[in-house]
Amino acid sequence: MIERKDDYLQRREHLKSMSDSELKKYFFELADKLVDPLLDLGFKNTTKSIERSILLRMGFSSIQAKEIVEIISEIDLMSKGAGHCIYAISKKYDLGIEEAGSELINGKHVEFLMEYFGKNE
Amino acid sequence: MNSLKPNEKLDIRYILKDLENYVPNKRPWVWRDVSPQEIREFTYMQASPGLKNYVPLPSARYLGEIDPQPDSVITTEIASGRFEDDIRRMRMAAYHGADHIMVIRTAGQSHFDGLLEGTPQGIGGIPVTRKQLRAQRKALDLIEEEVGRPINYHSYVSGVAGPEIAVLFVEEGVNGAHQDPQYNVLYRNINAIRSFVDAAESKKVLAYAGIAQIDGAHNANATARDAWKVMPELLVQHVINSRFSERVGIKADNICLSTVPPAASPTPDLKLNLPYAVALREFFSDYKMRAQMNTKYMDSSTREATVTHVLNLLISRLTSADIQSTITPDEGRNVPWHIYNIEALDTAKQAMVGMDDLLSMVELKDTGYLYNKKREIQERSILMMEEILEMGGYFTAVEAGMFVDSGEYPQRNNDGISRDINGGVGAGTVVKRDPDYFAPVTAHYGYNNVEQYDKNAVDDPSKLINGCTFEKPEMVKFIDELDDSDNVYLRLDETEKYRKGDLIKPEVEWLGDGTVVVDLFFPTTSKVAEAAAVEAGKKMNLINVEVIHKEVLHPSEGTRIQIKGTFAFDIEVDKLVLPEEMEQLSEDELLAFIKKNPIKVVAGTGGNDEHSVGLREVLDIKHGGIEKYGVKYEYLGTSVPIEKFVDAAIETNAQAILMSTIISHDDTHYKNMNKLHNYAIEKGVRDKLVLIAGGTQVTPEIARSNNMDQGFGRGTKGIHIASFIVKKINEMND
Repeated sequence: MIERKDDYLQRREHLKSMSDSELKKYFFELADKLVDPLLDLGFKNTTKSIERSILLRMGFSSIQAKEIVEIISEIDLMSKGAGHCIYAISKKYDLGIEEAGSELINGKHVEFLMEYFGKNE
Repeated sequence: MNSLKPNEKLDIRYILKDLENYVPNKRPWVWRDVSPQEIREFTYMQASPGLKNYVPLPSARYLGEIDPQPDSVITTEIASGRFEDDIRRMRMAAYHGADHIMVIRTAGQSHFDGLLEGTPQGIGGIPVTRKQLRAQRKALDLIEEEVGRPINYHSYVSGVAGPEIAVLFVEEGVNGAHQDPQYNVLYRNINAIRSFVDAAESKKVLAYAGIAQIDGAHNANATARDAWKVMPELLVQHVINSRFSERVGIKADNICLSTVPPAASPTPDLKLNLPYAVALREFFSDYKMRAQMNTKYMDSSTREATVTHVLNLLISRLTSADIQSTITPDEGRNVPWHIYNIEALDTAKQAMVGMDDLLSMVELKDTGYLYNKKREIQERSILMMEEILEMGGYFTAVEAGMFVDSGEYPQRNNDGISRDINGGVGAGTVVKRDPDYFAPVTAHYGYNNVEQYDKNAVDDPSKLINGCTFEKPEMVKFIDELDDSDNVYLRLDETEKYRKGDLIKPEVEWLGDGTVVVDLFFPTTSKVAEAAAVEAGKKMNLINVEVIHKEVLHPSEGTRIQIKGTFAFDIEVDKLVLPEEMEQLSEDELLAFIKKNPIKVVAGTGGNDEHSVGLREVLDIKHGGIEKYGVKYEYLGTSVPIEKFVDAAIETNAQAILMSTIISHDDTHYKNMNKLHNYAIEKGVRDKLVLIAGGTQVTPEIARSNNMDQGFGRGTKGIHIASFIVKKINEMND
C-alpha cells in the first residue's frame, strides 16, 4: 500500500464516543461482513483436496483417492463430486463402493459417467 | 508391554508392531480439570490435579518432592525429523508436565498435493503420515496412562492438502490442530481462494471431532520488522479466522487464538505487551487463549530466551492463558534438543506455580496508560477492517499489500506482503459445484444435494453408503511403507546397538547422535576465543566442532563460547563402575533396633560453610530424616570448627558424627574429612565413633578414601544414614 503517515487521530473521530462494549460489538459486525463472502466461496466450490478428503472418508486409501480424483478432473466431473461419481457407479452396477472405485481406476465406467451426468451431448 | 513402567524404557519396536490394527481412542480435545489443590501446607488456586508419575522441579527435593500442576494446558513442540526418537522425548516431556504435544511438519509438506505415507525422515520437522500419527498416538495412549493425565496430540492442517489432513487427524485420534487459511496465503504463497475453500471443509471436519483449533496470527509477529507495530493487524487476523471457524461450526471454546507478546526486553516489554494482551482478551472473551512465547527476538543465549519467556509467563498470569505454549530456549540456534524441551516445560511450570493466584493480590488499572493504550489498539484494528471493507474485501486487501506492513495501522510503509488473487500455488484449481453436486460423507461443508437420492438422508449423507470412516473406523485404509530406502526400520537397525542397553552415547535429539556441548571461557577477544574454542574441541577428540554461542564479557578481558561437536566413541555400559547402592533396613527393623539401643549423633556443617538445607533434610522428622527412626541428634549449626564435632560427641556420649561439607573449592571437603578423622584419633575416640560425611560433592568412595566410615551424596534420605549407623554399630559391637 502507498506510504502514508499515521492519521489515527483523524480517522478515529467516529469511534471516540463509543463505549467499550459498543466498540466490541462493532468489531464483530465488521468481522462478519469480512467473512461473509469467504464463507460463500467455501459453500459453493470444491477442490481436489476436498474431493480426495471425501474419498478417504468413503474408505479409499490416499493413493486410490488421488488416482480417482485425477480421472474425474480429467473428464471434467469435479463439479458433480468425486464421491458422487463413485456412488453412481456402485448403484448402476450394484458394486460395493471400494469395488466401484477400483474399477474406475482400472479405466472402466468413464463412458457411463459421461452419460449419467449428461456430458455426452 | 501393555503398560509402561517408570523403570523400563519404551520399546519402539513394540509401538510399530501391529499398527495396521491399532485403533486410536477417538476423543475431543481435553482441558485440565481446574480446581484448587492442597499440597503440603500450601493451597494452589490456579491448579489442576497432580500426576501419577512425574519428575518435579529440582528444588522440590527440599519440599518433599511436590509437583503442583498449574491450570493451563502446557504445550511442547517436538519434531527432530525422526518421529521414533521424538516418542522418547514425548515421554520425558509428559513427566515434566506437558499435556499438549505438538508435532512440527517437515519443510515442504505444505506444498505437497496429497497425503504422504510411510515413515521417511524429515528436515526441521517430520513428514506427517498416517503411520507416523498412529505410532505416536499409540505411544501417547500408553504415556498418558503412565502419568495419569490425558495428552492432547497436535499437528498442522495447512497447505494444499488441508481437508485430507483434517480427515486423517480425525481418523487417527489427533486432538488439536493449527488451521488458518491466512497462514497459507501470507507465508506459504498458496492461492487465497483455494486456501479459504479448503479451510471451510477442514474446519467442518475439525468441528465434527471436537478438535481444538489454533490460528496462525502469531506468524505476523515473527515476520514483521518491528513486531509490536502489527498489534492492530493481529486482532484483525484473529477475528477473520475465529469468526470464519465459528460460522463453519467450530464451538467457540475450541477456537484458540495463538497470541505471542510481540515485544521483548530490552524494549520496555510489559509496557508494550500488556495493553495488547488486555485488548485481545477483552475483545475475544468468548474464545480460548493459546499463549505462545516470543521467538522474534531470540538469539543464541538460552539464558536470555528464558528470561523473555518468563516475562511472557507473567503476561499470561496477569491476563489469562488456557493453553500455555513453550518455546525451547535453544530455538534461536538449532532445531530443539531434548534437554531444552524439558527446560522450557520446567520454566513454564515453575513460573506459573510461582505466580499462582497473582490477581487476587494485584489488579490491572482500568484508567491511565494501560486503558488508553488498550483502547487505541482496538480502535486501530477497527479502522483497518473498515478500510479493508471499503477496498472491496479481504482478497483485494491482500493483493494491495495491507497485511504484515511494518507501519502501525493506519500508518503504511508500502512493505506489506502482497499476493495476487489469481496467483500462488494451487491457483485456478477451485471448481464450482453444480446443482446436482453430491458427497455421501459426514462433516462435509457447503452445498450437498443429498435429496436427489434420499430425502431422509439430508442430515446424515453417509447413510447412503452405510456409513463412512467417521462412523466405521474399520473402513480406514492403512498404508505401511512406500519407500524401502527411507523408513523407520532402516533407521532403527542402524542404531540398534544403542537400544539393547550394552552401548551408550551422549545424545541431543537422535539415539546415538553423539552431540555434546562444551562451555568455555577464554581470557581474550571474541575473535581469538572463537578460534581457540574450535581448537579446544578438536583436541578433546570432538568432530564437526561448531561454535553455537558467543558472549562478550569484556572486549579484551574475556569471551564465553559454547561449542558443539560429535563425541565419536561408544561407552560400554558393562565396564562402567557404578556407584554402590545404599543398603537400607526396613523402617520397622530400624525403629525396633533403635528403641532397644538408643542412638545419639552430633551433626553440623563443617568449616567455613553456611549450607544447611541438605543436612536438615536428613535430620528432621518432618523431612523423613533420622529423627523419624528414633535417632536423637545434637545440631551444632553451620561453620562448625572440626574439633568441635569430636568434643561435642565426647561431651554428649554420641556414637556418630554427621559432618556436612558442601564447599568443594580447593578440596576443602577432603581436608575436612581427614581433619575430623585425625582429631578423633588424637582424642582417643576414633574406634568408638562412626564418622560420616555428606554433601552434594561427596560420594561413598571419596569419603571412605578420606578416612570416613561412609559418605552420602545427592539424593540421600534419612533412612540410608540410619541404616548405615545401625549396621556399623552392630559391627563395632561384634
